[in-house]
Amino acid sequence: MKSLGNIRRSFAPWADPDSKPFISFKNITKKFGDFTAVDNLTLDIYHREFFALLGASGCGKSTLLRMLAGFERPTSGEIILDGQDIAGIPPYRRPVNMMFQSYALFPHMTVESNIGFGLRQDGMPKAEIAERVTQMLKLVKLEQFAKRKPQQLSGGQRQRVALARSLAKRPKVLLLDEPLGALDKKLREETQFELMDLQQQLGLTFVVVTHDQEEAMTMADRIAVMSHGNVIQVATPAEIYEAPNSRFVADFIGDVNILEGKVKAAGNGRIEIAGDDFTVRTVGDASPAIGAGAAFAVRPEKLKVSRAAPADASINASEGEIWDIAYLGDMTVFHVRLPSGKVVKTSMLNAQREVENPIGYDEKVWVSFAETAGVVLKD
Amino acid sequence: MTKLGSRIFSRLVILVPYAWLVFFFLVPFVIVFRISLSTTAIAQPPYEPVFRLADGIAGIVDNIRQLSFDNFIWLTEDALYINAYLSSIKIAGISTFLALLIAYPIAYGMAQAPRTWRPTLLMLVILPFWTSFLIRVYAWIAILKPEGLLNQLLLSLGLINEPLIILNTNWAIYIGIVYSYLPFMILPIYSALEKMDHSLIEAAQDLGCPPISAFWKVTFPLSLAGVVAGCMLVFIPAVGEFVIPDLLGGSQTLMIGKTLWTEFNSNRDWPLSAAVATVLLLILVVPIVFFQNMQAKAEERGK
Repeated sequence: MKSLGNIRRSFAPWADPDSKPFISFKNITKKFGDFTAVDNLTLDIYHREFFALLGASGCGKSTLLRMLAGFERPTSGEIILDGQDIAGIPPYRRPVNMMFQSYALFPHMTVESNIGFGLRQDGMPKAEIAERVTQMLKLVKLEQFAKRKPQQLSGGQRQRVALARSLAKRPKVLLLDEPLGALDKKLREETQFELMDLQQQLGLTFVVVTHDQEEAMTMADRIAVMSHGNVIQVATPAEIYEAPNSRFVADFIGDVNILEGKVKAAGNGRIEIAGDDFTVRTVGDASPAIGAGAAFAVRPEKLKVSRAAPADASINASEGEIWDIAYLGDMTVFHVRLPSGKVVKTSMLNAQREVENPIGYDEKVWVSFAETAGVVLKD
Repeated sequence: MTKLGSRIFSRLVILVPYAWLVFFFLVPFVIVFRISLSTTAIAQPPYEPVFRLADGIAGIVDNIRQLSFDNFIWLTEDALYINAYLSSIKIAGISTFLALLIAYPIAYGMAQAPRTWRPTLLMLVILPFWTSFLIRVYAWIAILKPEGLLNQLLLSLGLINEPLIILNTNWAIYIGIVYSYLPFMILPIYSALEKMDHSLIEAAQDLGCPPISAFWKVTFPLSLAGVVAGCMLVFIPAVGEFVIPDLLGGSQTLMIGKTLWTEFNSNRDWPLSAAVATVLLLILVVPIVFFQNMQAKAEERGK
């Protein structure tokens, strides 16, 4: 079986009809006055999944997370956690813990007592608390900072304390609200991998809210792309990227060229679309009506730019003119102006340090792509 | 600006508050302290010795020889003064505590109020200052006297059968001090609560803390700097308060401000009242230093 992208491990409970979801949002609506933050949303998250809620600010992702933590009550609908409806349970009795965007470390307590705070609430014996705190400090590699106050730590260290504190109670679900938002780029990338390792090691369910698509793509098993209080697509990072179900998702994740046209033919696992510059032939099982409008999405790196015309220039190919060139180091981005005036974005990996006679400004080129390069968008 | 120039400028900037302290605090204090070492005399000014530049150095040295600590010794020998100090501290302490009990919930409510309401609420807290302090204290006489508003209200509601005697008791002083100084307690507590990050409370709840316990474990400790500032702002002026005990308190009420006033005006004993004032200052320096320490620590935390 062919798969989209690389599967990093064989973990796909969502594909197994027998597996039961660990967290279920059922027809959740949340209104703040006239504003509907979450609109009749249904979503399943599985045990030990690293799940990302991705969307622009105001899309309802944080509200959803806060409902899971118990800080907001849904206006209607059910939230089932491990078989129990938790909608009416206050935050201090829920078996979930949250890592806050601001970290929310208690400034009047040391690192140690911050981490032990939840355990003291549970009335755990002192010796056990000390042991657990030591264990958590070791986990986040902050052993020598136990006696410091949060203000005496760097941003990255505070982030680790917040993580340790939210993990100390061994929650069933860890909620992370923009966990890496306050870190600089290098540290953020390192921490992404650490979070993934930690989640694997502890075998916990992580739900992370982020507006950073790269972060979601790197860490998550599945991503829910949200907009206006609704989930637009829930899928693995590879599916989201390679097979976006809508113009919104295609546009939101990465760069995309959308070629408009009318359906010319459909059948035998192929769809043909006649557009201004291209006659697109692509793999696809859908059978849209002939003559209906269709949008075809293809990523820049899947477009090929060449001086020579492809073998069959009548399908999936068009002439054009180099409009702009951006050299990014690892790759070069070409903006190619097609005969209709539309500009498409293509990118080419710079596999060699030096290129003989590179493609330059205003050159006439051919843009072409394979039948499997893109997808027909559903809306 | 050159490096040297900016250094001189920063020295000058620091100089301003120091100059202020020297001219308006240290110099007057030295004068008061010097008077406290004199003896009373029927003269103008009513004490001696009086330093005169005309006497020359020998005369000043001779004058210094005449100074004595007799007034301070007298303060320890007459129980009146010790009792007045103790009673002042007690009254100021109880009033401060009562003010804290009332101010904290008000400040908390203000900090929880919608952001758009807060300027109005702040305004309302400061509003009483627009009327003369003296008039407001006089108004309390009309409220608290046996046939006053409070008693009329309670009698008409049938809650009491005879008028309560509040005026001319310590209770009237507590009421007066709490009323007059309440804004000084509310404002620093409000400011501490207002800048607190609400996600800290959510974090506490998330970790298993019910709301009330989250208040005591997170909110209250974090507002402590404001509480201490408020207590100092009420306690320090309340100890030396003169108008409120004079107008609302009874003749048996002993407060050091009143004692000082009597010594100064009725007995015309400037040296003794200067000694009373010097000791009062020393008593108040202790909590001020304590307060400064707290603030320094809070700043340390804030870093």
